[in-house]
Amino acid sequence: MRRLRAALTPYALIFPGGVWLAIFFVVPTVVMLSLSLQSGNVADGFVFTWNWQSYVDGLTNYHDQIIRSLVYGLAATLIQIVIGFPVAYWIAFKGGRHKSVYLFLLLLPFLVSFVLRTISWQFLLSDNGMLLGPLKDLGLLPHDFRVLATPYAVIGGLAYNFLPFMVLPMYVALERIDPRVLEAANDLYANKFQTFLRVVLPLSLPGVFAGVLMTFVPASSDYVNASVLGGTNTTMIGNVIQNQYLVTQDYPTASALSFTLMALLLVGIFAYAKALGTEDVLEVAAR
Amino acid sequence: MRLFRGRWLQIYTWLVIAWLVVPIGVMVLFGFNDTKGRYNSTFQGFTLKWYGKLFEIGDLTQALVNSLLIAVLTMLIAGVLGSLIGLALGRYRFRGSGTMNVIMFAAISCAEIVMGASLLSLFVTLAVPLGFWTIVISHVMFSISFVAITVRARVMTLDASLEEAARDLGAGTWTTFRLVTLPMIFPGVLAGSMLAFALSIDDFVITNFNSGGTVTFPLWIWGSTRVGIPPQVNVMGTLIFAAGLLIAFGNALIARRRR
Repeated sequence: MRRLRAALTPYALIFPGGVWLAIFFVVPTVVMLSLSLQSGNVADGFVFTWNWQSYVDGLTNYHDQIIRSLVYGLAATLIQIVIGFPVAYWIAFKGGRHKSVYLFLLLLPFLVSFVLRTISWQFLLSDNGMLLGPLKDLGLLPHDFRVLATPYAVIGGLAYNFLPFMVLPMYVALERIDPRVLEAANDLYANKFQTFLRVVLPLSLPGVFAGVLMTFVPASSDYVNASVLGGTNTTMIGNVIQNQYLVTQDYPTASALSFTLMALLLVGIFAYAKALGTEDVLEVAAR
Repeated sequence: MRLFRGRWLQIYTWLVIAWLVVPIGVMVLFGFNDTKGRYNSTFQGFTLKWYGKLFEIGDLTQALVNSLLIAVLTMLIAGVLGSLIGLALGRYRFRGSGTMNVIMFAAISCAEIVMGASLLSLFVTLAVPLGFWTIVISHVMFSISFVAITVRARVMTLDASLEEAARDLGAGTWTTFRLVTLPMIFPGVLAGSMLAFALSIDDFVITNFNSGGTVTFPLWIWGSTRVGIPPQVNVMGTLIFAAGLLIAFGNALIARRRR
């Protein structure tokens, strides 16, 4: 009896939270798939009809936005690696006893609402705003020069907003490197450059991959940056999905697009989990 | 390799940190702006008047209250449910734990818009009226996994023999939990719950999909981007930022004293 109870304890502990996740996370995914195959409209209701047309329509009408989202997401991710790696490297190896202070400073933006941060950039980058206005007055920039409503503003915003998610996992990987490994490389006559290229860089790769996963997914599916910093030529798939769900209420097309996005990202995520396991991401998320 | 050495990298790191902090500085500064018209766009002098008129915009105040209420509820519900999962995963080996880990990994790495859209699909299909409670449901949903892994990390560092000792000394299951397990995992539970609060109060995307007519702080800001953000928003953002700083410093102080 006591052993039975001991065996059941973990299930009892998991039960309430597990049920919550099942009903509000797992089941909705199936419901969304079903909704994407229905036909009808908001007024008359929707019926399940194996209506693949929503996928055809969605992909023909919005393939530009899908490709743009992946390109912007990829660009932002690459920028984050380039900007973030030296920072993670310096904090991990030279941060000394102030490591946690630097990490805290990197996380400061998370104390301000994501929407508010993005609007703050819109404000800073506006056509005659604090940054561009003085430069235009001095004649350093032409008067019709603009950053807002260009792809650069959107990609820059994405890179800004998710940078800490890239630096943190890279830092965790770099910090974990045993100094004795570096000494060993030195003893074996590797110079600093070789040590970096053949020891530090390979050992940091799991962190880079975890960072790519944690930044590419939110960046490529975002619609806040494209709405606030972008223009009509920078709409991403997130904007389309948001609009179809909340404004036109064409639920089948909306869910078909959303499911397509999920499938695209899932392929990447599963490839990641298969190759590298789930622990790195769970560990970073726990910090 | 000289490039990677010494001062240059340090300066570079500080530049990146400055880049991260710039928009926060702008937000704080323009909360002190003595702006005349509706647009809070050029700095016209220092004033504290917006701190005095903080609650003058009724629906903005209501939005902030909604955000705080939802965050507290999320913290409590996700705090308990997530901690139980974290305890189970950190302490016991059982069939199904792998599935639980995969679901949590999926929930953490899933795109927010997909989570928001699929949850809305469920609510639309079942004709559930959207509003305050659907927001709470969605926030608890995406916070549980974060609480669970935070608590799991804490549980895995602890020694299970202490609980066995308590049982050997005649403590029942509940007494052992209350007097031994809970005090040991409490720092993890607290950290996880605070994370849930922070995730909830900042969430925009999933809330945007499942809010119906209920407006939260981020949703209110989103709604007024076209017409201009009043300085009260800057002040509220500044106060939330300051509260976050205080909590972080408090945490650091406590951690230092423990050591």
